Amino acid sequence: MSEARDEILARVRGALARDPATLTARRQAVAQMIATPQAGPRPQPRGDLAARFAERSLSMSSTVDRLATRADVPAAVARYLAANSLPGTGVCWPELADLDWQSAGLVLAGRPAGGDDLLGITGTFCAIAETGTLMLLSGPQTAATTSLLPETHIAVVPASRIVSDMEAAFALLRSERGSLPRAVNFVSGPSRTGDIEQTIVLGAHGPYRVHLLILDNE
Amino acid sequence: MRQQSMHFAARVGERLADVKLQANLKTAKGKFVDMRAAAVRAFDADAKACAAAAGQADAIDFEAVRDAAQAIRSKVIDDLDVWLETFEAKATAGGATVLWARNGAEVCAHTLEIARRHGLQKAIKSKSMLSEEADLNAALEAGGVQPVETDLGEYILQIAGNEAPSHIIAPVIHKNLDEVADLFSRTHKKPRQTDIPALTREAREALREHFLSADMGISGGNFLIAESGGVALVTNEGNGRMVTTLPKVHVVITGIEKVVPTLDDVATLLRVLTRSATGQSISNYVSLLTGVKGEGDPDGPEHLYFILVDNGRSTLLDDDFRDMLRCIRCGACMNHCPVYQTVGGHAYGWVYPGPMGSVLTPMFTGLERALDLPQASTLCNQCGSVCPVRIPLSQLLRTLRERQTTRGLRPWSERLGGKAWAWLAMRPAFYARAARLLSRYLGWLAGGEDRIRVLGLAPAWTLGRDLPAPQGGTFRDRYAARRRNTQ
Repeated sequence: MSEARDEILARVRGALARDPATLTARRQAVAQMIATPQAGPRPQPRGDLAARFAERSLSMSSTVDRLATRADVPAAVARYLAANSLPGTGVCWPELADLDWQSAGLVLAGRPAGGDDLLGITGTFCAIAETGTLMLLSGPQTAATTSLLPETHIAVVPASRIVSDMEAAFALLRSERGSLPRAVNFVSGPSRTGDIEQTIVLGAHGPYRVHLLILDNE
Repeated sequence: MRQQSMHFAARVGERLADVKLQANLKTAKGKFVDMRAAAVRAFDADAKACAAAAGQADAIDFEAVRDAAQAIRSKVIDDLDVWLETFEAKATAGGATVLWARNGAEVCAHTLEIARRHGLQKAIKSKSMLSEEADLNAALEAGGVQPVETDLGEYILQIAGNEAPSHIIAPVIHKNLDEVADLFSRTHKKPRQTDIPALTREAREALREHFLSADMGISGGNFLIAESGGVALVTNEGNGRMVTTLPKVHVVITGIEKVVPTLDDVATLLRVLTRSATGQSISNYVSLLTGVKGEGDPDGPEHLYFILVDNGRSTLLDDDFRDMLRCIRCGACMNHCPVYQTVGGHAYGWVYPGPMGSVLTPMFTGLERALDLPQASTLCNQCGSVCPVRIPLSQLLRTLRERQTTRGLRPWSERLGGKAWAWLAMRPAFYARAARLLSRYLGWLAGGEDRIRVLGLAPAWTLGRDLPAPQGGTFRDRYAARRRNTQ
C-alpha cells in the first residue's frame, strides 16, 4: 500500500503548506540536526558518580553492594542469595562464566536465560548516575533475556563505566560502537506495576529483584 | 473501538450515579497529582544541588526541560514530512519494513497480512492506544490470530470481556481490588485472593506461558527515532520487553506524529514524560529497538515492521490544532482534570479521555460526533499548566467550541441565549438595567442566605453545587458610586 504512503505524505505536505522549492533545504537541515545531536538542559551530576549511582539505584528499589574487583563477585553473589534465601543456580553472560562460581557454592551456566531460570547475572555496557540506570546492549554474548526472564537479576557494574547521564551514555555508545545494537535496554530497578488501585507492586513480568555489584577498582 | 462520545451527557449521569465507580475514582484522586508534584520538586532540588557542586550560580529547572521538550516536538511537527521520510529510510536500512496506514482498517489489514505471511497464530501485545483506535483485537480474532494483552491493566480489561480502558496509562483505574479478585478467580479457576502482590503473581504466571509461546509481538511506540530508525518503548512491567524480544515477528503500531530527531532528544523527553505520567524519575525499562536479530544473537525478532498511522492526525496539522500533535501521551492532563476525576474515562466514549481526548476525539472522528466533549471542561487550564510539552489545551477546547458555533452545531436554546446576550451587551443602558434586575432576582432566590440552593431558571445547574448570592449591588452601580465618592 505505497498508495497510502503517498497519500499520507501528500496530506502532511498539503497541511504544512511549505513551499515545495524549500524541500531540498529542509532535507539538508534535518540531516544536519541528526548529524549534530544537541544535549538538552539536565542536572549533570559530577564528582563521585558511583556514590550517586548507588543512591539512585536504591531509590529505584534496586539493592547495591560495593566490591573491589571482579574476583570478589562470586562470594558477593553467594552472600546475597543466602541472605534472601534464593537458590544458587542460574545463568550468566559468557563474559562472566570464567569466574570461580564453584568455590562460592554456585552453579552458573554461561548461556541465555530461558523461562524457568530463576537467576540471571549480567554485566553492563555502562551505568547512569542521574537515575540509577543500567544500559544493556543486546548481542551474541549479551542476551537480553538474562536481565528479563529470571526472578532475580544481578548486574556487575565497574565504577569506571558509570557516566553522568543518558546523553553521556549515548556519546559513549556512538564512540565505542558507532551504531545501535538491536536492543538497548535501560534498566532501573525491578519490574513493577501500579495497575491495581495504584498500589506499587515490585515484580510484574520481569525480575522481582535487581542487585547491583559495583566494582570500585575497575 | 465503537465511538459513543455523542452520548456523553447520558454516560456522565450513569457514572455519577455509580457508587462503586465514584468510590474507585476517589481512591485514585490526587495520587498522580501528588506524585508528579513531588517528582518536579525533587528534580529542581537535584538540579540545584548539581549546579552548586559544579560551582555554577544558575541551575536549570523542570520548566527549562519542558521548554526544550516543547521545542523538540514542535521542530518535528513543523517539518513532519521530511522527518517521516528520514525515519523511513533509516528504519529500512536497519532491516525493518515500514508500512503506512491511512486509517484503522488499514492497520488491521497490514497486521493480518503480516500474520498470514509468516504463519503466525498468537499475538502478545503491550499497551497500544492505536490498536484501540483500530479495534485491532477484534480484527485479529476474526482473522484467526489470538490476541493476548500483557500489560496487567489491559489484561484485566481483556478477561473482563474486552472492556475499554478508562485512562491512557492506568487503563483499569475504574476497577477496585474486589472486582479484580473476582475476575481472576473466575478466569484462572483458582481460589480467590485479595492480596495485590499475589494477584500480580497470578497474572505473571498466566501470562508467562503466552510470552514463551507467542510468535507475534505487537507494541505501540513512545518515540520513533530518526537518528537510528528505531523505536523507544517506555514501560514498567517488563511486558514491553517480552513482546519485543521473544516472538519471531515484532510489529510496532504508532501514529505518524511520534518521530523525534535524536537519541539526545529522547533523553530530554524522557525527563518530562515519566515525571508527568507517574512521578518517576525514569520508568523501570526504556528500550530502544532498532532492526532485527543479528548474526549470532540469541534473542530478538527476525522480522520487524513499523505501521505508521494517520487516522486523522494529518487533519491536526491545521494551524489551529498543530500544537496538539506535540502530545507524548503522559496522561497528566486527565490526572489533573476536575471533570475527568469526577466522571472517569469511560464517559468520554472513545479511546482518549480527559482534556487531550476532548480535543483528539472531535478532531479524529468529526466535530458533530463528539458535541459535548469540548464543553466537558471548566477551562480551568490545570491541564495546560502541567502539560510537559505545553499544549494549550483549554485554548484548543475553546477553539473547538467556536467551530461548533460557526458550524451551527450548538442547540437552538444556546444560540438564542447567545444572541440575546449579544444584543444586550451592545446596549449599555439596557445591560445595566437587566443586571440590576437579575441581581435583585438572585438576591430574592437566596432568601437572606449567602448562597442559592436552587436556581429557579436552571435548576439542573444547582443539582451538585450552590450559586453564591450577589452581594452589594452590580459592578456598574458600585463603580459609579465609587467615582462619585472620590470626586
